[in-house]
Amino acid sequence: MYLVLFLIFGGLCVAGALNLLFQRHPINSALSLIVVMSSLAVLYLLLGAEFLAAAQVIVYSGAIMVLFTFVIMLLNAGREERTHGSKAAYAIGIPGAAALLGALVYIFLSNGDLLGPTLLGASWVVPTVFSATLFRDLLLPFEVTSVLLLVAILGAVALARKEH
Amino acid sequence: MEVSFWFFVLISILKVIIVTGILLTAVAYTVLLERKVVGRIQNRWGPSRVGPFGLLQPLADGIKLFLKEDLMPTNVYKPLFIAAPIIALGCALISISMIPFGANIQYHGVDLFQISDVNIGLLVILGITSIGVYGVALSGWSSNNKYSLLGALRASAQVISYELALGLSLVGVILRTGSFRLRDIVDVQSTHGLLSWNFFGGWQFVAFFIYIMAAFAETNRTPFDLPEAESELTAGYHTEYSSMKFAMFFMAEYANMITVGCLATLLFFGGWCSPFGHIFQPYGGIWAAAIMPVFWFVLKVFCFLFLYIWVRGTLPRFRYDQLMGFGWKVLMPLAIANIIVTSFCLAYRAA
Repeated sequence: MYLVLFLIFGGLCVAGALNLLFQRHPINSALSLIVVMSSLAVLYLLLGAEFLAAAQVIVYSGAIMVLFTFVIMLLNAGREERTHGSKAAYAIGIPGAAALLGALVYIFLSNGDLLGPTLLGASWVVPTVFSATLFRDLLLPFEVTSVLLLVAILGAVALARKEH
Repeated sequence: MEVSFWFFVLISILKVIIVTGILLTAVAYTVLLERKVVGRIQNRWGPSRVGPFGLLQPLADGIKLFLKEDLMPTNVYKPLFIAAPIIALGCALISISMIPFGANIQYHGVDLFQISDVNIGLLVILGITSIGVYGVALSGWSSNNKYSLLGALRASAQVISYELALGLSLVGVILRTGSFRLRDIVDVQSTHGLLSWNFFGGWQFVAFFIYIMAAFAETNRTPFDLPEAESELTAGYHTEYSSMKFAMFFMAEYANMITVGCLATLLFFGGWCSPFGHIFQPYGGIWAAAIMPVFWFVLKVFCFLFLYIWVRGTLPRFRYDQLMGFGWKVLMPLAIANIIVTSFCLAYRAA
C-alpha cells in the first residue's frame, strides 16, 4: 500500500519535474511545478509529517505558485525559444548533479538500517508538541530564517523602489 | 474497534454519495434563497412561478443549463479552458469531506456524520481552498479575453492577500484548542452551551469578524466581488463560459459559501453543540441524540448563508485600492494583535 502510493506520487513528481523542463509555454511549466509540489506533499504525508504536508500545499502550491501564475498572466508571457544554453552549465552542471546523486545514494544506503517506514497516523501531530520543538528546541534556526526572509523583503522593496 | 476493509469502503462511498447529493441540493436551494431574499430586499417577489412559492425554480434552472449549447470560443487554450471549471468545482466539493456535521456517532466503528476524520482537518480544508484559486485564475487566462483576464488577475491578487488574514485569524482558535482536528475544536466549546463557544466565551469575536470578512473575499462575494464585477467586467473570469461549464463555476461558488459557513460554525459557534448546553440531553433517547446536533449545525450554517445574502443585498462593491488597503493594513495587523492578546491571556491563565 505505502510502496504503491510512493511509486505513484514519486513517479508523478519526477514526471512533473521533467515536464516542467520540456514545456515551451511558461504557464504549462508553472502548472507542472504545482504537480511536483503537491506530490511532494503526499510524500511528506507518507513519511508521517502531516503538518509539513499541509503547509507544503498551503504555502507552495496554494500561495507561491498562485503568485507565479499571476505574474505569468500579468506579463502575458509567450512561448519560450529554445537555446543551446551555456557551455559552463553543461561542463559543471552534469558532473555536479551526478556527484550530488552519488553522495545522496551513498548516505541513504549506508544509513539504511536506521531509516525505516512509518505508519500513516502512527504519530498524531499534536500542535503543542510540534510547536515546542519548533519554537523552543529549534528557536535559533527559526529566528535566523525569519531574518533571512526580512532581508529578502527589504531587497525586493529596494529593487522595486522608484528612482528619484 | 477493528473494521473490515470492504465494509469501511462501502460505508465511505455511501457517505460520499449522500453528502455530495445533499451539498448539491443545498447549493441549488441557496441560489433560490438568494434570489428570494435579495428580491424581498429590493421590494420585489423573486422567482414565484415554477411550483409553489417558486420552489421548483432550481430544477428548471438545472434543466435549462443542461440543455444549453456548450460554446467553445475560438482561440481559447483548450486544455486549461476545460480543466478550469473542473478544478474549481472539484476543490469546492472535496473540502466538505472534512466537515463533521453532527456528534461522533459510531456505527460498527465507522463515523456516521463525517466523511473523514483527519487530525489536520482544518489545514487540509485551507490547503484545498487555496488550490481552488487555480480554477478562477486559469479560466480567466485560457479564455483569451481581456475582461476574463482582468477578473482572474483580480481574483488571484485578492485571494493571496486575504488568505493571510484568514489563516492568522484561525490561530487564536487553534491556541485555545491545541489541535487542528475539527472534532477537538468543537469538543472544547461544548461544555457550557452558548457561553463556552469561541465567539462568546473564548473572546474570539475579533478573530471571527476577520475570518468572516476574509472569507467573503475568498469566495468572491459582494462586497469583494471584483473578479466578476458585472458593471465593469461583464462577468469577469467566466465571461466566455456557457452551459454546464458556467454552471460548474456557479456551483463551486455556492459550495464554497456553504463550506465557509460550516467552518465558521465549527470554529466560532460551537459546531453541532446546542446553545443551551447539556440541559436537553437526557430527553428524547438515542434518536434525538443523533438528530438534534445535526439540526443545530444546519441551523447555524443557514444563518451564515442568510448573512451572506443579506450583505450582498446591502453593501456596494469596494474599489480595488480600498480592497487591498483593507486586507493588508487593517485585517492583517488586527489578526496579529488578536494572536498576541490571545496567547498572552492563555499564558497568564496557565501560569
